[in-house]
Amino acid sequence: MTARAIMQATDMQRALTRIAHEILESNRGAQSLILLGIPTRGVTLAHRLAEILESIVPGSSVPVGSLDVTMYRDDLYQQPTRSTAPTDVPVSIDDMTVVLVDDVLYSGRTVRAALDALTDLGRPKAVRLAVLADRGHRELPIRADFVGKNLPSAHGERINVRLVEHDGEDGVEIDEVMSV
Amino acid sequence: MKHLLSTRDVTREEAIQLLDIAEDMSAVNDREVKKLPALRGKTVVNLFFEDSTRTRISFEAAEKRLSADVINFAAKGSSVSKGESLKDTTQTLAAMGVDAVVIRHGASGAPQVLAQSGWIDVPVINAGDGTHEHPTQAFLDAFTMRKRLHGAGSRGKGLDGVKVNIVGDILHSRVARSNVWLLQTLGAEVQLVAPPTLLPHAVNTWPVSVSFDLDDALAQSKPDVVMMLRIQQERMHDAFFPNEREYSNMWGLTQERFYSLPAKTMVMHPGPMNRGLEISSAAADSPQSTVLEQVANGVSVRMAALYMVLTGEREVTHD
Repeated sequence: MTARAIMQATDMQRALTRIAHEILESNRGAQSLILLGIPTRGVTLAHRLAEILESIVPGSSVPVGSLDVTMYRDDLYQQPTRSTAPTDVPVSIDDMTVVLVDDVLYSGRTVRAALDALTDLGRPKAVRLAVLADRGHRELPIRADFVGKNLPSAHGERINVRLVEHDGEDGVEIDEVMSV
Repeated sequence: MKHLLSTRDVTREEAIQLLDIAEDMSAVNDREVKKLPALRGKTVVNLFFEDSTRTRISFEAAEKRLSADVINFAAKGSSVSKGESLKDTTQTLAAMGVDAVVIRHGASGAPQVLAQSGWIDVPVINAGDGTHEHPTQAFLDAFTMRKRLHGAGSRGKGLDGVKVNIVGDILHSRVARSNVWLLQTLGAEVQLVAPPTLLPHAVNTWPVSVSFDLDDALAQSKPDVVMMLRIQQERMHDAFFPNEREYSNMWGLTQERFYSLPAKTMVMHPGPMNRGLEISSAAADSPQSTVLEQVANGVSVRMAALYMVLTGEREVTHD
């Protein structure tokens, strides 16, 4: 198994800054925005994005939350029992623009689950999707609105997003695993 | 986790996982839409051979909040002998295609029999069997203690070093047994306080200390938690103590005893309470009492237990 570095800390910072600008452009500002990260690393990325947004628009405050999708997954009976993570949505999402944040977009099934989870929480004005890496291989008609980096990959490869808060350093790498 | 029959065979990792999942489930109970789709399309039968209000309602609420279909089976008044009736009932349910059984039975070991009999191959949750175990009650007690002690920082934690006194009718109490094993697994120190007539013979093999004197026990062990047990009149077929007044004076959490406790000591009771017998109203209605929290937490913990036994890959059995 060999690991190949794809993004360094500075690449990641630039990508997040660009995503923040794109969010502001499409939302025409920072008002009525809420960022909901999908645990674990999506939540961390959502907090970083909110910080950047607030630095671009001084005086703005963008609420950040976490949205656990475990109970909405379609593979609860194919995988060993999954542990859950907290869902913490600080403000009502009704009539807000929700930006879902995750580290890697792959089959799209997690996002499908997240959309269902959102339905139980309220009726947002719009839902957008921001991901740090899009590795392709979609199994559902889902695409991201904001992408840090497109990473065409093979099924057998693993994309590892490493974040200071969890792994001690920032970076994205590909593990080339032989078996699928 | 395939079944939940006894807290004795639950590992520390499993116990903490269940409590952590219950944390997330409890957040759902505060939401506008109190429902999760995890068990959609699964049928759970509540098989109650013994009277119960709160446990059955609690399981039913938990099942419905996880979107399971619920069948309630109350076998009250059934005169068929234990083995046969259980077998017949179970085979009938198996033929109907249920996905899990929650069972309460007056005979100790009935859930175990059900899980191992081969009459039905689905997860079994013990909702109280005779004087043996009541695992979800122990989990909701542990959850309540952890939440009071650690608040929002509860996740991942056990109950290491927490001093718990369990007081009263240990002999007939499945709640006490389940609590003893689970609390030990989570690292708590348990002391049982009861008259010698209400302690089981094998108590010296349990991982607990024992006291016969409540005032001594409270003064010396300085417990973080005092758990009062119900005097179970329906199982009292012998003279275990002279009369109720004497019991209350010696082993009840009377008003005087309660006021002598530090203000941070938790007072627990699994309910239903015999006010004035094992617990005074002063104790039961105080802010130190967790009685109503225990009920609320019961739903969250049972959601977590149902989720853990029902999801995951099913072992393929070839027979």
